[in-house]
Amino acid sequence: MSGRIEGIEILGTGYYVPEKILTNKELESRLDTTDEWIVTRTGIRERRIASQDETTLSMAYHAAEKAMQSAKIKPGEIGLIIVATATPDMIFPATAAQLQEKIGAINAGAFDLSIGCTGFIYALVTGALYTKVLYPQKVLVVGAEKLSAIVDWQDRSTAVLFGDGAGAVILGVNPQKAGILAFELGADGSGADLLKLPAGGSKLPASIETVEKRLHFIKMNGSEVFKFAVKKIEESVNGLLKKANLQPDDIDLYLFHQANRRIIVNSLERLSLGIEKTFINIELYGNTSAASIPIALAEAIHAGKLKKGDKLLLNGFGAGLAWGGLIMEY
Amino acid sequence: MAGVFERVKKIIVDQLGVEEDEVTLEASFIDDLGADSLDIVELIMAFEEEFELEIPDEDAEKIRTVGDAVNYIQDRI
Repeated sequence: MSGRIEGIEILGTGYYVPEKILTNKELESRLDTTDEWIVTRTGIRERRIASQDETTLSMAYHAAEKAMQSAKIKPGEIGLIIVATATPDMIFPATAAQLQEKIGAINAGAFDLSIGCTGFIYALVTGALYTKVLYPQKVLVVGAEKLSAIVDWQDRSTAVLFGDGAGAVILGVNPQKAGILAFELGADGSGADLLKLPAGGSKLPASIETVEKRLHFIKMNGSEVFKFAVKKIEESVNGLLKKANLQPDDIDLYLFHQANRRIIVNSLERLSLGIEKTFINIELYGNTSAASIPIALAEAIHAGKLKKGDKLLLNGFGAGLAWGGLIMEY
Repeated sequence: MAGVFERVKKIIVDQLGVEEDEVTLEASFIDDLGADSLDIVELIMAFEEEFELEIPDEDAEKIRTVGDAVNYIQDRI
């Protein structure tokens, strides 16, 4: 599906990552891998790992507090909270409902949204649509993940890839703003087996067997997902530009889901775009799934890579398979 | 014959940054041309685009040398 949503604005952003840094060097002592192997294949140098006390909810809380400060709004002004996550604290209640209580958003509805690494794009589009009808209330959109809880620390092909963190944005109405000039959300369930957490849902509830077979951990066919991502990014970005009637150079900043540096570099080459057109922070955080885009967005703004009035293109992809993107005026 | 090999060679030289004379039919992507697993994925994608075919994962795993790639492509175009 695709469309446009005029007259909305990102009023504030914030992010939180755990203090504990896990470097590639430390992984060398746990797994049969090397810093050089990880860096050349993924671009990742270190990732953040949540402590025992930290959860998806607690990280979402810190990111949300910062986003509210940055937007200069009070919790009571929020009409809806959406948390995009593949690693909610529990299957239910929704992490968003717990976040409502924790930040004191007494007027807010709340739900979680689950579509893997594309979650934040889906949540941002959904939040933008609600923003239009909730005025003057604001919408809080969060991407938060504790992937370290579902990473198989014995599987060197996936253990090196993921990290923990959260990012948040506040959306509000601004009739002066172009808003979302174009968005696209897509899914192709034929690729469901390529990236999944097999057990722990209702199909394969936890049992001694699922634990022994290590089915409560991420399983990924890396090369197929890589191919899907590179092809889909090119197709999706070109589609968005066409829908918005813009040329590639009209976009001030391209922000991609931070899954693998080589996916981003390969996609930029296919789109004939220079590396200066994007912002990459995967070397510091690894793949934080639904949290990667809002963390990168907050950091890019802080670094002066994105200014009010700039045109921003966001693009995400991952489990489902699913993908999504949008072009908006920041 | 030469057509496919020449086109395959050009892709390999571009993608892996190796010299043309290193790209022999016997050369192994990993052992002789210094490719890693993602280089191979990127090469397979480039072959798919150049020759307009789909190379499924299970076939791609069997392509280890330049000659394997040339034979695979020749059988299908």
